[in-house]
Amino acid sequence: MWSYFANPHKFLRLSDWLAPAFYALGAACIAYGLWQGLWVVPKDEYQGGDIMRVMFVHVPAAWLAMASYSALAIASFVWFVWRHELADIAAKAIAPIGAVWTAMCLSTGSIWGKPTWGTWWQWDDARMMSVLFLFFLFLGYMALRAAMDSRQKAARAGAILAMVGAVNIPLIKFSVDLFTSLHQDASVITADGPKMAAVYLTPLLVSAIGHSLLFGGLVMTRMRTEIRQRRIARLHSRELEAL
Amino acid sequence: MSAAPILAAFRQSLVEAWARGAGALLPLGFLGGAAVLVPLGIGSDGEMLKAVGPGIIWVALALASLVTLERIFQSDAEDGTLDLWLQTGAPVSAIAAAKTLAHWLSAGLPLALFSPLLALMFQAEANTALLVNAGLYAIGSLAFFFWGGVGAALSATVRRGGLLISLIALPLYVPTAIFGALAMSGGPGSAGAPLFLAASTLFACAVAPYAMAAALRLAAD
Repeated sequence: MWSYFANPHKFLRLSDWLAPAFYALGAACIAYGLWQGLWVVPKDEYQGGDIMRVMFVHVPAAWLAMASYSALAIASFVWFVWRHELADIAAKAIAPIGAVWTAMCLSTGSIWGKPTWGTWWQWDDARMMSVLFLFFLFLGYMALRAAMDSRQKAARAGAILAMVGAVNIPLIKFSVDLFTSLHQDASVITADGPKMAAVYLTPLLVSAIGHSLLFGGLVMTRMRTEIRQRRIARLHSRELEAL
Repeated sequence: MSAAPILAAFRQSLVEAWARGAGALLPLGFLGGAAVLVPLGIGSDGEMLKAVGPGIIWVALALASLVTLERIFQSDAEDGTLDLWLQTGAPVSAIAAAKTLAHWLSAGLPLALFSPLLALMFQAEANTALLVNAGLYAIGSLAFFFWGGVGAALSATVRRGGLLISLIALPLYVPTAIFGALAMSGGPGSAGAPLFLAASTLFACAVAPYAMAAALRLAAD
């Protein structure tokens, strides 16, 4: 099955129309989510009043932060086992985009946290800590790739690190949960938020779909760029050989 | 396959650590220096030092592992030793584990054994708990060295790899740091923490050698 998707030509042909479609649909979904979130939805005093509207960016960003690291780990694994170049191209494309969404999750969370909980950063909140370490995993992955002197080495080193990170994530999550559950001060955040009314839930889900589509579109565009850059490099080297 | 290459790697790492001047004293000097800076930086209030002391020692141990690990595989990759290890036919993961273990014996264990003295300097009560804590430091630092070893193996061919190692290893150090600090806090939930600490160290010992082996094969290419 992987081999079918591993063909760059098929990928280029598919993404030629799929990426623009993702952009268009994603923009529409995000626009709907923002419109609903900023103007239509009633504010919730319990979650800090108008500031709770940041949720329509924050929650999709959190979802994408986790989804993008999973995608990175899967792509790395596929490359490591089957050596499909497209998987490495995907991993390379995902890392910075995933890091941006993770940073967005952290920053919108801080902005939401200051007026509602009275603090920009809470060391004993498990989710904040987990997302922060996820961010560091992304940074380490990108730094390692950038430090390698050849594409092949960058791919191998990156794949090893992404997989080591992936097997560690459950342990990190568990330890952070244990760390934070000891602090009695759970007043800042209720277990899972109040039961969410449909008036919030629908725009939130639409917004999450929109962010996912935008993410997919960006990844495809970056992959296309990378494929073309490699092709250019190959053409250059062929030209040099002909001289 | 014989165990000879693995033993040779172990011995080489130990000898290298001892041959360069001060041997195990050098990491101790580092730990002492780092720990002495803390009261100068945050003030000499006894209660506060008592509270932060165990944490400072954990941080110093993590830093000591990062600083000393930079060269563990790099010199082997540069002078061709690594290629010879790969040709011996012995499992690379075992060689990597042996080297990391030797490294921990020369740079990690002395720090752990030295920790009661530092703890006293941080106003801890002089009782047997300090010896228990020394054991916890020893167990925890082993995990630091194994995860740090993965970073070191991955950046073996990278110049100025030291900074890279710390960025790579930081998220992997989290469970050990949390379980370790928890085990010493004496607060609620700390009863099981030493077991969690030991479990996370065992996990590191089981997983890290294979990652190191994959990374070393890459470094030798």
